[in-house]
Amino acid sequence: METNQFERVAEHQWRIEPRGDMRVPGIVYASEQLLRDMDQKVHEQVCNVASLPGIVKASYAMPDAHWGYGFPIGGVAAFDAGEGGVVSAGGVGFDISCGVRTLHTGLQRAELEPVKPRLADLLADIIPAGVGSKGRLRLNGAQMDAMLSGGAQWAVEQGYGLAADLERIEERGCMAGADPSAVSDHAKKRQRAEMGTLGSGNHYLEVQHVTAVYDPGTARVFGIRVGDVVVSIHCGSRGLGHQIGTEFLKAMVTAAPEHGLTLPDRELACAPIDSALGRSYLAAMRAGINCALANRQILTHLARQAFEQLVSNADLTLLYDVSHNTCKLEEHVLDGEKRSLYVHRKGATRAFGPDHTDIPAALRAVGQPVLVGGTMGTASYILTGTRDAEARSFGSACHGAGRSMSRHQATRKWRGQSVVSELAERGILVRSPSLRGVAEEAPGAYKDVAAVVDASDQAGLARKVAKLEPMVCVKG
Amino acid sequence: MQSWEHFPHEADMGVRGRGDSMVEAFAQAALALTAVVTDLTVVRPRQLITIHCQAPDPELLLADWLNALVFEMSSRRMLFVRFQVDIEDTRLTASAWGEPVDPARHHPAVEVKGATYTELRVAQEAGGHWVAQAVVDV
Repeated sequence: METNQFERVAEHQWRIEPRGDMRVPGIVYASEQLLRDMDQKVHEQVCNVASLPGIVKASYAMPDAHWGYGFPIGGVAAFDAGEGGVVSAGGVGFDISCGVRTLHTGLQRAELEPVKPRLADLLADIIPAGVGSKGRLRLNGAQMDAMLSGGAQWAVEQGYGLAADLERIEERGCMAGADPSAVSDHAKKRQRAEMGTLGSGNHYLEVQHVTAVYDPGTARVFGIRVGDVVVSIHCGSRGLGHQIGTEFLKAMVTAAPEHGLTLPDRELACAPIDSALGRSYLAAMRAGINCALANRQILTHLARQAFEQLVSNADLTLLYDVSHNTCKLEEHVLDGEKRSLYVHRKGATRAFGPDHTDIPAALRAVGQPVLVGGTMGTASYILTGTRDAEARSFGSACHGAGRSMSRHQATRKWRGQSVVSELAERGILVRSPSLRGVAEEAPGAYKDVAAVVDASDQAGLARKVAKLEPMVCVKG
Repeated sequence: MQSWEHFPHEADMGVRGRGDSMVEAFAQAALALTAVVTDLTVVRPRQLITIHCQAPDPELLLADWLNALVFEMSSRRMLFVRFQVDIEDTRLTASAWGEPVDPARHHPAVEVKGATYTELRVAQEAGGHWVAQAVVDV
């Protein structure tokens, strides 16, 4: 994008003055280079979101923003129900509550290296991944509803993982206000064989090691040291979430005229929070969040089984679990006044600062862990939320690298086998049922995640704590 | 004249079908959808399923059609390679032939989460042929 469309209000803060139908300004957090590299569509989408009823303060884009559906990916926007505010299916996205969780292993890199190839094979065997894969778990109607109400808490009750895990998950593993009856039979049918599956595309399970610590004090509280081995899981609500997104997108587009909404783009489909459709979407979307939390909990259980088989002293405990496609009712202070707002984060991570009561007690002094996924050949990062982010972005930061190249271009540029071989030479073992999938996900098809993380840090959205590099990557 | 192609989207993929009629363009767009997942030449048309959908306008109907296929691919774990589409007013009825996913033979690259309304377009072009396209989220 051209920088002259923005007013540069700070080194990493670019403002679009309200014009036309915009009710609030647009604000993009990025370095000059990241902003220049963003698609012009990001500008258009930030402005479109700014025009939606009941939006407060500003329409935001994070440093990893790219062209999304209605909302930019990397978009953050908050709405006040009392001011006619809306909830948008596109503002949450198809993969409801897609997110990242990171687990400690209690192991050092040197301990794991000798068993790395066997671990890679075992994880690939144990974790259902890719198109057509099935989970081992089948839920009947009552169990499905219990899962949609209970999330990771339900999964722990079923024997997947430990009660202590729940402390380290947003919402303590269970999103309140979920209503399984708001989820269609189609969505439930699509999920029947998908519990405990990883999916495909940019989803992964990685074994990583800590290669740098930037903030030793916070890292100590997080329990992270250079050389530590961790496991990170990136996936979401699988077919159920996708189906909820698909169905409500259509319902919201169709009902827009009767809600008096004129949409600049059909993807911005939304409904008043205070309407039957809005309430129904929120109830279904929250059930989708629970599905994602339960799914990551089951995958955690499977990862533990794999480690237990190979490394007797492994102890997989949860550092944290973040969701980056959500709409949540949160309290934020605006102009000195506490307000209850529906905060959409589409490809953005909640990043609450120190002392926030939603952060587990053990971490509260330093802020919420912000887990940012990279690519299988680069790095992932752990950051921590800041107090400033609450004023700057409703407590939100970046979520990943973001693509810089389409899948189509990537498959013309790389062959899956050579990507796998090159990474193996660097000590990174990739296991995937699809070589074309690997080519589409080649590290070079993504933006520089380090630049995204640095921009988030320098913009004051989150502070860098540690860098993680992959050892094993299981892809769908 | 019938054909399909993919068009680029920064994060995902666009599917586009062309034909002498709207139904041909819809069928070709469905081939482009399967080609997001796998190579069409390795999918065999061995089982038939029937699909019904309804939407207020042709573009929403295209999104519905693609989403119905996404649902069938996902819930039946199948891939489809031959399509017969009929449209009457706002209603679509279709037959789709395919087979269960076999990862060893199909090497499926990615699953499609849903068809979006981005770049969604159904139109008759100046030359008389029809185009039906949308970006799909993967």
